[in-house]
Amino acid sequence: MSRRFGAARLGREALMVLVACAFIFPFYVFFTVSMKTQAEVASNPLGLPTTLHLDNFATAWNRGDLGEAYLNSIIVVALSVLILVGFGSMAAYTLARRLSRLSTVAYLVFLVGLMIPLQLGMVPLYQFMNSANLLGTWTALILFEAGHQLPFTIFLYAGFIRALPREYEEAARVDGAGPVTMFRRIVFPLLRPITGTVVILTGITTWNDFLTPLLYVGGSSQQTLPVAIYAFRGEFATDWGVLFAGMAIAIIPLLIVYFFLQKYFIIGFASGIKG
Amino acid sequence: MTSAVTTATSPRTTGPTPSGRKGRLTPGGVPYALLLPAFVLYAMVVLYPTLSGAVYAFTDWTGRADGTKFVGWANFAEIFSDVAARSALRNSLVIAVSVTVVQTLVGLALALALHTSLVTRNVLRTLFFAPALLPPVIIAFLWTFILTPQGPLNTVLRGLGLDFLAQNWLGDSSLALWTVIGVVIWQSAGLTMVIYLAGLQGIPTELNESAALDGASWWQRTRLVTVPLLIPATTVAMSLTLISSLKLFDQVFAMTGGGPGYATETLSVIMYKEAFVSGRFGYSTAIALVLTMIVFAFTMVQLGALRRFDVDR
Repeated sequence: MSRRFGAARLGREALMVLVACAFIFPFYVFFTVSMKTQAEVASNPLGLPTTLHLDNFATAWNRGDLGEAYLNSIIVVALSVLILVGFGSMAAYTLARRLSRLSTVAYLVFLVGLMIPLQLGMVPLYQFMNSANLLGTWTALILFEAGHQLPFTIFLYAGFIRALPREYEEAARVDGAGPVTMFRRIVFPLLRPITGTVVILTGITTWNDFLTPLLYVGGSSQQTLPVAIYAFRGEFATDWGVLFAGMAIAIIPLLIVYFFLQKYFIIGFASGIKG
Repeated sequence: MTSAVTTATSPRTTGPTPSGRKGRLTPGGVPYALLLPAFVLYAMVVLYPTLSGAVYAFTDWTGRADGTKFVGWANFAEIFSDVAARSALRNSLVIAVSVTVVQTLVGLALALALHTSLVTRNVLRTLFFAPALLPPVIIAFLWTFILTPQGPLNTVLRGLGLDFLAQNWLGDSSLALWTVIGVVIWQSAGLTMVIYLAGLQGIPTELNESAALDGASWWQRTRLVTVPLLIPATTVAMSLTLISSLKLFDQVFAMTGGGPGYATETLSVIMYKEAFVSGRFGYSTAIALVLTMIVFAFTMVQLGALRRFDVDR
């Protein structure tokens, strides 16, 4: 480790740390401003807060309905991911293992979904949700999130299943397992690594989504965190301290989970995106 | 449900198995019933709305049940004569090209720097990737504050004696688009970096070592050995960035709302306004159809171009 710890190496290390400091400067601003009073933000936008003004957090929590928004976000993410893992893995199993023209066409139909911008179907789907009386409910949002991320989920699962040896399935077949039992007991457990990736990728996407939640549940009691923060900004336009405290409340859990599980996040993203 | 499953499996595919697998017992009889829930959901929220959207793009639909008429290409003609839509079209293209190019270069540089044996390597990877995980709306509000005329960025610049660099970043219409582009790249460069790091791990170290023995410098090895082997990672990183930056909505909507004037308007923002502020569903959907065509065209061109450079395929 310490061998060849020369000046060049030290220089490189210092340079990268410097780059990183510039890069995370916004986070410094984020957390310092969240603890400043309105007057302090105006007079001293950059320095450390003189006192830890933690009232901002209480105000943000109470005024922004953040508790409710948290719960909504958790429910929407959990149910969407559950549907994606269940429906996605089953569909991918059929598409990867059943070699026929129909399954090839079906796979292509799903893959096109990776490219179609949601904007093209946005208005018709909004009108559909409206006429089905689903606007302002989690149901609309969950259907949307799960449906839109199915192509990517199926793409990940199918790639993984193709690389999976068939011996376990053949053995189970010999033992008389039907296709559904085989999927549940043999195949699905083998998919664990890619299921982890699917959960992380689709979970993050759903948690962060803004446009559709704004349309479907904005202003209702079922709105998710990004929508609640957006509404909050309208209310606290000039009080950056309170707004930032609210934003911090919304992202701190995400950051904590990330820093503890960062290896899985990074590997998940890398392997998921490479396909 | 159960009966569907059994009937679907009973005529097990005993027919032609792909050559090479002949005689092997394969789980070929996976029932289509397993595909059904996913397909129904996908058809309901993606296929059907998208196809009907492609039809509505040619109508004057406003959402009322009666009186929707086909108007032919009128909506599309309007896009090219409407100042707001024209700016949005131009801005979306500028954003897509510049974000894709710069983010790929920044991500590649970060990955190359962090693929070496730095002590701080893992910490830095974690840091650079963090913004990519956070809600774009929140990132947008954070930067709105940083970029205000009396805000932290200008304070830092003045503190460094660089007063001439202090700007009204989001309020100046000749600058705002580039500011938005910078924020988007700041947020997602870590994503490109991670894709490249994964690509770098797939390159055998022997290649670089033998090139080093032959006397190649670090720069030569990077340019002639490493980067060409990163073409597959580049394809993935660039297509992903291209598609998402063409559809850019959150950051613009939350930071500038498309302003000042039409300076930062994008196709997604303008179609949101046309649909949900002005109630012009047909026109808005026509804009979406143009966006879709651009996404398809760009993706095809890009995949084709990168495939030509790919040594492996």
